[in-house]
Amino acid sequence: MSTATAVKNATQVLCGVRDLVDYSGVVALHEGRQIALFYLPHGRDRHSAPEVFGIDNHDPFSKANVIGRGIIGDKNGELVVASPLYKQHFRLADGVCLEDDQVRLDTFEVRLEADRVVIA
Amino acid sequence: MQDSTIQPEKKQLVIIGNGMVGHHCVEQLIERGATRHYQIHVFGDERHRAYDRVHLSEYFSGKDADALALGEANLHATHGVSLHLGVPVTGIDRDKGDIITPEGRLPYDSLIIATGSYPFVPPIPGPSENEHPQARLVYRTLDDLDAIREHAVNARRGVVIGGGLLGLEAANALKSLGLEAHVVEFAPRLMPVQLDDQGGTALRERIEALGVGVHTGRATKEIVATPDNDYAYRMNFQNGEFLDTDLVLFSAGIRPQDQLARDCGLEVGERGGIVIDDTCHTSDPEILAIGECALWNGQTFGLVAPGYTMARTVAGCLTDVCEPFSGADMSTKLKLLGVDVGSIGDAFATTEGAKSYRWIDEAGSGYRRLVVSSDGKKALGAILVGDNSYYDTLLQYVQNGIPLPDNPAVLILPQGEGGAPTLGADALPDTAMVCSCHNVTKGAICRAIDEGCADIAALKIETKASTGCGGCAGLLKQVFEHELESRGMEVDKSLCEHFHYTRQELYAMVRVEGLHSFDELLEKHGHGLGCDICKPTIGSILATCWNQPIMDPQNVALQDTNDTFMANMQKNGTYSVMPRVAGGEITPDKLVALGQVAKKYDLYTKITGGQRIDLFGAELHELPDIWEELINAGFETGHAYGKSLRTVKSCVGNTWCRYGVQDSVAMALELEHRYKGLRTPHKVKMGVSGCTRECAEAQGKDIGVIATEAGWNLYVCGNGGMRPRHAELFATDIDSDTLIRYIDRFLMFYVRTADKLQRTSVWRESLEGGLDFLKEVIIDDSLGLGEELERQMQHVVSTYECEWANALKDPEKLKRFRTFVNNRCGDPDIVNVTERDQPRPARDNEIQSLAVEIR
Repeated sequence: MSTATAVKNATQVLCGVRDLVDYSGVVALHEGRQIALFYLPHGRDRHSAPEVFGIDNHDPFSKANVIGRGIIGDKNGELVVASPLYKQHFRLADGVCLEDDQVRLDTFEVRLEADRVVIA
Repeated sequence: MQDSTIQPEKKQLVIIGNGMVGHHCVEQLIERGATRHYQIHVFGDERHRAYDRVHLSEYFSGKDADALALGEANLHATHGVSLHLGVPVTGIDRDKGDIITPEGRLPYDSLIIATGSYPFVPPIPGPSENEHPQARLVYRTLDDLDAIREHAVNARRGVVIGGGLLGLEAANALKSLGLEAHVVEFAPRLMPVQLDDQGGTALRERIEALGVGVHTGRATKEIVATPDNDYAYRMNFQNGEFLDTDLVLFSAGIRPQDQLARDCGLEVGERGGIVIDDTCHTSDPEILAIGECALWNGQTFGLVAPGYTMARTVAGCLTDVCEPFSGADMSTKLKLLGVDVGSIGDAFATTEGAKSYRWIDEAGSGYRRLVVSSDGKKALGAILVGDNSYYDTLLQYVQNGIPLPDNPAVLILPQGEGGAPTLGADALPDTAMVCSCHNVTKGAICRAIDEGCADIAALKIETKASTGCGGCAGLLKQVFEHELESRGMEVDKSLCEHFHYTRQELYAMVRVEGLHSFDELLEKHGHGLGCDICKPTIGSILATCWNQPIMDPQNVALQDTNDTFMANMQKNGTYSVMPRVAGGEITPDKLVALGQVAKKYDLYTKITGGQRIDLFGAELHELPDIWEELINAGFETGHAYGKSLRTVKSCVGNTWCRYGVQDSVAMALELEHRYKGLRTPHKVKMGVSGCTRECAEAQGKDIGVIATEAGWNLYVCGNGGMRPRHAELFATDIDSDTLIRYIDRFLMFYVRTADKLQRTSVWRESLEGGLDFLKEVIIDDSLGLGEELERQMQHVVSTYECEWANALKDPEKLKRFRTFVNNRCGDPDIVNVTERDQPRPARDNEIQSLAVEIR
């Protein structure tokens, strides 16, 4: 990737907010990593400020890049995404798999800035 | 005999007879590991697999031979048991230890005789049997039933000689065939073995009300052919009266089939029956006998439960533990011609000092009798006519010696709102017998629940309870529910943590409250954000009710990935694309177009079981381009990704096939185009065959249609796949309009009442009231839902739109079809290799070696 030489610590734009899908996921390519972006336009209680989460798109169980196409929701109050292939759940906050806590997906520091999604 | 079937290291165990008892014995032997020590051979002189003789009359009301068959079709093959169907055993050579068949001899170390019984035909003078078989029909085997059906074709009236249990079953069979049925009984009342005079009278009144003629106290003197009369035969009675008829069916009792035993000199009873001891051994220690052919303690048993008990005794004696046979309870609970009849224990009060309570309803033809001990503390027996809801409780009192209440009469008196009095399941001791066919006690059921059986279906599989005659189904359910409750386990039917409702309840809310989005439903009836269980379920309900496009913004986040991208995700994250090829009919031009698309996008192509062509390996961002080309070529979406109608498989029908009797392709097209796009609790498959050869395998589908000379036969709730289930005959010889009306109602009723991800086959098993209930709802419109269901279906049909065509028109919807939102490339981790001239995903080791090459 050409951006590999970009200066670290500066924020970089991943995509526009318009590219996101409400209460669902899309995938951005960043420095060779596939980042699944999940967008909660009205927060986790559906009545507060918007939130966005970035998590590894690679599903360690199926070894396919599909996490961004999973359904999101909450389990016992924690935000999760369900892998579309074998249905394991991963916490959006820290990537830990609910079915097997030895498995954890990388998470990325992404946030909304005006009409853009940026990564730290 | 084939020598290869004889294995010298194993003992030879031969079973003569493949009826219900013989079959149960084989099952028990297999379960107890007998096949490790014995090579088992089973001989049945009928050509059919073992079948359920108890429910034989259902052969004329919908069930076919396969549906009546017992156990798994491959049971014998799986366990190395040799099954010889249609091979009669003609002799037993005890000196050599051989059995003799037309195919040769086979040696035995142990021999089990389970030959059952044969129908007794009294020696009434009549026309010759060869020329007049319809004057001497019997009712015992499937072949007998085929003969009855054949002779019933040109008959108007049929008479059954014999007014016992089997005679009334036979009368029911004649009635099902559309004949005017009559019953002639020698005794002064019907069912003389089970019922007393008042009971017989009540039963007679009920049966006469159904249009069946009852003639008791009549001895038939002769049967005369009357070719010049309106009816073919005349039966002359001893008292001078007569009855004209077109066919005569004998059901005057059964006799033990003990001929083989007689011929080889085994001890038999004076009135027939092979004499056995408590371990079912005959007078020859190598030979055992079980079931209706056996005579134990001077009695034979014409019911299936004692036969099963003997089968278990024998299986135990030949393997591990020999539990002696100690007689059997002859209590019976029946539905004859739709009339409840029950007889328990000492029904005739023969016990010294026994007293009776009787309840007689002359207006409604109901009768109940309770027989109690001389001190009034224990129940000894009972008779029921007209309402068997009292049966289970009375049986428990009798069988388990439970102390009677102060006023025992309450047990048979009519109850108010609550229905028949029930003995709470908690009052039963652990030893109480719940299922007497399979010898399952309440204790065994409790153990199975402790070991994790969480629903009735699992309990039935684990314990076999209620899989014999089925009479204990109600009691089993009571015990199950009571036990769950007492363990503090609630049967939680919540969909998930976000909705404390079942799918059926949510469906009703969406319909009744007119809710059009997940958010509305969540707001009013749910908690939290939702999850991967409730979102797709509610997405499906919304789609069925309102038929909004699944890609509309408020619906898109609800869908499983397959529905979201309207394609089927494969293991490497790519998709397969499957356009509709309705009925499997496709033009050459479309075939070429499919090939061109597959070539252009380098897709693997395979023909599916549903007569379509699947194109594999498309990446997310390629889907819109692929569909643009497919739609331009005249295709529409195939819904292979949805819980919805998949395909209607068809044979070529009478347009080309010399055997076809209807145009099965045209019907398949009509059905597929009518129901395409309907969202259902699980996928739905259909099939249409143009004749009885059934090339479309319609009887393995949720909806199967088979052409007849007169129209169509409709089958429902079949399944292939993991748990195959033969579809059941639902309606016969109906015209196309009726067919569509029934299917409309059936599908919408399924949508309304099924659980999430429940195929029609499982739904059908869980329907209380079974197929009959379903027929009442769909055909007789017993719930008054017919029009509503049709209207709801018509809404879905009229608002159909191809989801792909809809999505392609809207750039907002297409936004999601990007592998990456910030890069136009594909997923670099998707690597294909070529195999058999087509691409396929590379395996892990192949990816590693490819990486090495690149380095």
